[in-house]
Amino acid sequence: MSVLVYAESEGGKLKKVAFEVASYGKAVADQMGTEVIAVTFNVADADALGNYGVSKVMNITVDGNFDAKIYASGIQHAASEAAAKVVVVSSSADSRYLTPLLAIGLEAGYATNVVAAPSSLSPFTVKRSAFTNKAFTQTEISSEIKIIGVSNNAFGLVENTTACTVEDFAPGLATSAITVESVDKATDKVTIADAEVVVSGGRGLKGPENWHLIEDLASTLGAATACSKPVSDMGWRPHSEHVGQTGKPVASNLYIAIGVSGAIQHLAGINSSKVKVVINNDPEAPFFKAADYGIVGDAFEVVPQLIEKLKAFKAQA
Amino acid sequence: MKVLVCISHVPDTTSKINFVENDTKFDTAGVQYIINPNDEFGLTRAMWLKEKDGAEVDVINVGGAETESTLRKALAIGADKAIRVNNEAIDATQVAKEIVAVIQNNSYDLIIAGRESIDYNGGMVPGMIAAMLETSYVNNCVGLEIDGDKATAIREIDGGKETVTTNLPLVIGGQKGLVEESDLKIPNMRGIMMARKKPLEVIEPNGAAASSTTIKFEKPAPKGEVKLVDADNVDQLIELLHNEAKVI
Repeated sequence: MSVLVYAESEGGKLKKVAFEVASYGKAVADQMGTEVIAVTFNVADADALGNYGVSKVMNITVDGNFDAKIYASGIQHAASEAAAKVVVVSSSADSRYLTPLLAIGLEAGYATNVVAAPSSLSPFTVKRSAFTNKAFTQTEISSEIKIIGVSNNAFGLVENTTACTVEDFAPGLATSAITVESVDKATDKVTIADAEVVVSGGRGLKGPENWHLIEDLASTLGAATACSKPVSDMGWRPHSEHVGQTGKPVASNLYIAIGVSGAIQHLAGINSSKVKVVINNDPEAPFFKAADYGIVGDAFEVVPQLIEKLKAFKAQA
Repeated sequence: MKVLVCISHVPDTTSKINFVENDTKFDTAGVQYIINPNDEFGLTRAMWLKEKDGAEVDVINVGGAETESTLRKALAIGADKAIRVNNEAIDATQVAKEIVAVIQNNSYDLIIAGRESIDYNGGMVPGMIAAMLETSYVNNCVGLEIDGDKATAIREIDGGKETVTTNLPLVIGGQKGLVEESDLKIPNMRGIMMARKKPLEVIEPNGAAASSTTIKFEKPAPKGEVKLVDADNVDQLIELLHNEAKVI
């Protein structure tokens, strides 16, 4: 028996979510009185997972780009080999892509957007967010194997130094009928999914030529940039930056909205961010009801000051 | 070409979310239901395949009789036939299994479902259908072109997108980008009149089992008031974010 975690990587390096799923897996394994085993693909330094409670890593070597079907088959073999009763995955785009396939393969019940360790093992009960962050559900999983999709940033990192061995694992993988023709990805930018801080701009910025304000503030904070729906609809910014109900979800530690009014669809998508800051010249903007901190003021005056003061703050910190 | 669009019947985004019966049931009182937005982008994309290539488009929902108004709306937008599997499904596994049973009795070249519904946010139905049918699957699909039995799809990934090619049959998890918001069709009077005459087939469930159950709902704790900082005093904001919120 074990808890298996799928520890994701990018270019051979473990991602932050890999340590978050390991931390979650360790909490479940402690409840169950068992160990955490991780499965990785093409990772060289996988023993770092030992810092978060993983005692064994099964590393699979695959060629080519990420493929949901091939990766799901690898994880499925690892789950069988490890006799996993619980499998933990992240909420990244790739994990959300492959895990329904894994759930069918393992005949496992799968709960997504899980925000806390199980409240009970029998029946197996987890708390997950639903109604686009407007409610939570207590969900019971009744299958023999359970899969948990941990909501990004909900559980956090919990260090737990554990002796960790890394083994190569070479199961017979599935074949895929999907060919990746091209990947278009900015490698030098923090993605919205991985970012601790997200800086988002709305119509209040008046035009794409003013986006340097958002970009400068984001680079000062090491943040990802995002935008509201009208901004992406008008083509000021690419659709991939649109956050909200029909765009990307945000679950960062800090979300700073500048010139964003806070339409209900926007708030639905960003509500699982921990701390929300709004800068808007309209004190009646609905975002002020959703935010933790706010400044009523002109973004063109406030943001340059904020950038300058933050640079000074970072320099002395 | 035959296309199946999976339609989830969900509360409108602006609905008040409340629960009844000791927080075990969603309160439907006064709630307006709509086609799940992620499904509606897919339905509109399917309409283009109908207009351009003469595709036949069916829509399906797994649910009780109350969901028929949403299926009729899909017919009014232009779908040819609606299917309702008469089952108030408990979870995504059950929904996917019921839809697969219908697909196996028909032959669809393309199956479109939204990447997730805006009520339970499960995001599993399209992938589970593809896994059970052993067909190709592209999630977070923001672009789709079909040429004969070949498909080119664009998948949104964290930080960018990738372009993939595959053969039909294909299952996609669709979202905005398949078509834009401005492309969505509002049913006109003619469409609504025609929808009344289009077939809406009710199928009894095949009894597929669920693997999870929602036992209770909770609402988030009420949020405190926003702390306002004077526009001339951004230092105070930095101080609050550092010492109080501890996020910088």
